[in-house]
Amino acid sequence: MFRIDFNKLRFLVCDDNPHMRRILRTLLHSFGAREVYESEDGATALEMYSHYVPDIVITDWSMPIFDGLELAQMIRQPESKGNPYAPIIMLTGHSEKRRVTVARDAGVTEFLAKPISAKGLYQRILNVVANPRPFIKTKTYFGPDRRRNTSNTYIGPERRVGGEVEILQQPSLLDKARSTV
Amino acid sequence: MAKDKPGALEVKTFADHHVITQPNPLQSVLRHVAEKDLDDPVARAEKALASLSGEFKNWMGIEADRLSAAHAAILKNGFTKLAREELFRAAHDIKGDAATFGYPSAGTAAESLCRIIEHAPDLDEVPSELIAHHINAIQAIVRERTKLDTVSTASELSWRLRGVADEYLTRANRDRPEHLEAILAPSIAPGE
Repeated sequence: MFRIDFNKLRFLVCDDNPHMRRILRTLLHSFGAREVYESEDGATALEMYSHYVPDIVITDWSMPIFDGLELAQMIRQPESKGNPYAPIIMLTGHSEKRRVTVARDAGVTEFLAKPISAKGLYQRILNVVANPRPFIKTKTYFGPDRRRNTSNTYIGPERRVGGEVEILQQPSLLDKARSTV
Repeated sequence: MAKDKPGALEVKTFADHHVITQPNPLQSVLRHVAEKDLDDPVARAEKALASLSGEFKNWMGIEADRLSAAHAAILKNGFTKLAREELFRAAHDIKGDAATFGYPSAGTAAESLCRIIEHAPDLDEVPSELIAHHINAIQAIVRERTKLDTVSTASELSWRLRGVADEYLTRANRDRPEHLEAILAPSIAPGE
């Protein structure tokens, strides 16, 4: 069984709602985290991301002006001077299948639908720490490998040509979003 | 930050994509413990969250008032872009927070309101009572929570509102299949 030394991790939390920031701070501190930086909008979060170089980003989606989706897209710039590989956990009240797909295609690593639970948050953090996914770079995408399982029955177009890649087997982001753990 | 130095990236190049891997930069924060390890960070966090619960009633009141203020601005100035966004964000926050704060029925009503804002073809055409009833229901659920007989009433009220809203949205979007699909799709939110 593995545990995380949270006191060695640096978090960046981005949520425009002060109550949710307080809850997240409380949960992370009680997990053992000491370094939790907070932002109430995506633009400030991006500045803090460059300045503090967090290990893990936890962001809301819906925020004024510069939302969590745009924040993920800005972080996932392969040529940027900052670290484009940091795990991004999208914590959001959006609960539609379409949203999970959009978040995934923006480079989000994990998706956690509100209402938040201590167990759900811990499991997402444990997963990004213990099971980092390879990154894929194409003309239109840069982010964690979106393939989470193999299917013999897949009949859609092949979006990658030229080689087979080992699939890190995990439940799909949608299946995980449906679960509290 | 106390992790390993970033390892060298390994890049495999294929016809139309690259696969990039690196040694796990967070490996050093993982610690193997015995199965009988008594330290339970999740239980600790749940306890900490419970200790915050004394604040939840006040927080929920603030969220409900913010929603009412956004609605009042719309009644005064109409559905401007900013007013629409503020109403949506206020409802969306309640949708996400209310269950944590102990008001799941307020969350259900707020979700229904979010769906109206997101999927109505023209918000000016939505019956004003439909939106007002959602706002009033959320306020009532928050203010009257302490009464013992209100839990089932709150649940019934919010689900009835959801039914009326869905009926309206289904009718209004009969020629908009993308919206119709989204309206009819089940929620992925836990517990639903």
